Amino acid sequence: MNAEAAENFQSVLYLNGVTKSFDGFKAINNLSLDIAPGELRAIIGPNGAGKSTMMDIITGKTKPDKGEVRFKDNIDLTRHDEADIANMGIGRKFQKPTVIESLTVWDNLDLALVGNRGIWQTLVFKLSANQSQRIEEIITLIGLQEKKDALAKNLSHGQKQWLEIGMLIIQEPEVLLVDEPAGGMTDYETMETAKLLKDIAKNHSVIVVEHDMDFVRALECKVTVLHEGSVLAEGSLQKVSDDPRVIEVYLGR
Amino acid sequence: MKLLQQTFIVKLLQNDDYGRYILGFVMIIGTVIPLLNIFAPEGSVFEVTTFTMTLLGKILCFAILALALDLVWGYCGILSLGHGAFFALGGYAMGMYLMRQIGDRGVYGNPELPDFMVFLNWDALPWYWYGFDSFGFALLMVFLAPGILAFVFGWMAFRSRVTGVYFSIITQALTFALMQAFFMNKFGFGGNNGLTDFKDILGFNIQSDATRSVLVFLASSVLCLTYFGCKYIVNSKFGKVLVSIRDAESRTRFLGYRVEHYKLLVFTFSAVIAGVAGALYVPMVGAANPSEFSPINSIGIVIWVALGGRGTLYGAIIGALVIGYAKSYFTTTFPDLWLYILGGLFVLTTMYLPEGIAGKIEQFRRSRGSKTDDDPSEPVMEVAK
Repeated sequence: MNAEAAENFQSVLYLNGVTKSFDGFKAINNLSLDIAPGELRAIIGPNGAGKSTMMDIITGKTKPDKGEVRFKDNIDLTRHDEADIANMGIGRKFQKPTVIESLTVWDNLDLALVGNRGIWQTLVFKLSANQSQRIEEIITLIGLQEKKDALAKNLSHGQKQWLEIGMLIIQEPEVLLVDEPAGGMTDYETMETAKLLKDIAKNHSVIVVEHDMDFVRALECKVTVLHEGSVLAEGSLQKVSDDPRVIEVYLGR
Repeated sequence: MKLLQQTFIVKLLQNDDYGRYILGFVMIIGTVIPLLNIFAPEGSVFEVTTFTMTLLGKILCFAILALALDLVWGYCGILSLGHGAFFALGGYAMGMYLMRQIGDRGVYGNPELPDFMVFLNWDALPWYWYGFDSFGFALLMVFLAPGILAFVFGWMAFRSRVTGVYFSIITQALTFALMQAFFMNKFGFGGNNGLTDFKDILGFNIQSDATRSVLVFLASSVLCLTYFGCKYIVNSKFGKVLVSIRDAESRTRFLGYRVEHYKLLVFTFSAVIAGVAGALYVPMVGAANPSEFSPINSIGIVIWVALGGRGTLYGAIIGALVIGYAKSYFTTTFPDLWLYILGGLFVLTTMYLPEGIAGKIEQFRRSRGSKTDDDPSEPVMEVAK
C-alpha cells in the first residue's frame, strides 16, 4: 500500500490460465491478468463476460477449476477463504451496494475498521481515540458527516455506494475490487466517484469493473476488455475502443 | 465492587428504558410474590397461592428461554426450531440429580436404582448416570449437555454453510430425533414417564412453599443476569458483527470476519442459556418429561419472540410473559381452543405486528417525537433468512 512495500513484489495480483465452469458453461476461460502495485485498472465487458466470477475467484468465494491466482507474487489465493483473503488485504465492493442496513453509518465503518476480527477480541473491543478519529476522517472523505448516526438503510443509493467505498478504505486493503461503483448514480455522483477512486488509487491498487463508458473515461487508466471469460483486449481506452473485435462484441449484436 | 457492578449495569441499560422497566417488573415478581406466598394470611387479598407462584416461576423460565432464542434469531438471523431440545437437556440433567436424591424412598425402595430402572429389571446403574448424585456435577452437565450438543451440531452446520430455512429444518429434526430417543424406555431416561417423583433438592423438600419461593426468586435473578449478559453481547462490537451477519452474511465475510466462528459461539451460548432455563423449570414443575423435546414446543418459543418483537431482548421477555400467562388462562378456561388461539395469534402477529409488541412500542414512542427516525436502537425486522 505504500511505496516501500510495493517494491518487494512485481504484481499485486496475478491470474494465469484461470478456468471455471458451472454445469459445463465456462464462466471463466483461460483468463490471465496482471495488476501492478499501485495500479488503477478498469475492467469492462458485456453481461456474462465473467467479471463477477473473476471477482469471486480472487476473493475466495469460488475456487477455480484450474489456473494460478497469486497475491503479491507468491501467496496462492486458491488456498484461502473469504475472511483470510480479506484480512490479507483484498477488499471488495459489491455491485449492489451492500452495507449493513440496520446499523448506523458510524457502526458500519467501525465494523470495517482494520483490526483483529477474532470473536474474543470483538467482545471486549473499545475504540481508541485514534480509531475514532480515523472513522471521522473517512466520514468526511465520503461526505456523510451529517448522516453519521443515521441507519444505513435510510441513505440514498449513492450514499450507500460511498459508504461502502468508505468501508473498503478503512479496511486498509492493498487491493480494492470495485464492482460497478457508478451503478444507479446521477452524473454528478458518477464523476465524484471517479475522482474518489482516482484519489484512492494514489496509494492502493484498484480494480474497477464498470459498464458506464463515461465513468471509465474519467478514470483515465488502462482498460481490460473481458469477453466470454477471457481477455479480449487490453490497453488505453482509446486503443481498445478502436479494436475491431471489441466493436464487434459491443456493437455488433 | 458493589459500586462497580452498579455502574456497569447502569451503563449497560443506559439507552434501554423498556429493558429497565421489564427487569424491574421481573424483580418484583421474583421477590414480592414469594414473600406474599409465605407471609400473606390465607384468604386475604394479598394471598398468592403456590399454584400461581409456580406458574409465574415457570413463565420466568420461559422468558429466559425466549432471551436465548432472541439472541440467535433476532440478532444473528439463525432461526432455531430446536431450542426446546437444549431446554429439555438442561432439565434432564437437573432431573437426574433429583432422581438420585430420592435414594431408597422410591416405590420399590431400591437404594441403588431409580424406580423406572427397577421396573425394567435393570441390575446396575448405566454409566451415563454416574456422577449425578453430586449437585455440582449435575450443574456442570446443565451447562455441558446442551453446550456440547450445540457446539458439535453448530460446528457441522455452520462450517458447511447451512443457513436459513435449511438450518431451521435440521434443528427441528434434531429435537424430533431426541424426542423419539427419550421416549424409549431402553434409552435410560425414564421413557415416556420421564423423570418424576422428586423428593428434595440440596436437602430441602422440593414440594415446600419455601423451596418453591427460592426457586422463583432464583429464576427472576437468572433472568436478569441473562439479560445483562445478552445486552453486553449485543452492545459490543461482537453484537454488531452478529447484526452484520443477519443483514449481509457474505459482506461480513468479505470484511474479514469468520462468520462461522461467530455463529458457533452465539449458538452455543444461547443453547447453554436454554439449558439453564430448563434446569430451573424442572424442579418447579416436579418432572422432566420427554414431550419437552416435541417440535411444537420449539415452535412455541419462536412465537413468543415473534409476538414480543425480535431483536430487542426486552420484547422476548414480554412475549414469553404474555403468551405464558395467556396459555395458562385459556388452557384452564377453554382447553380445546388454546392451540387455535396460539395459531391465530401467530398469523395475526405476522400480518399486523411484524415487529411484535416491542416494535409497536417503539413506533408509538417515535410518533410522539421523543426520538428521531434515525434512532439507532430502532429494532429492524426482516423476514427470517
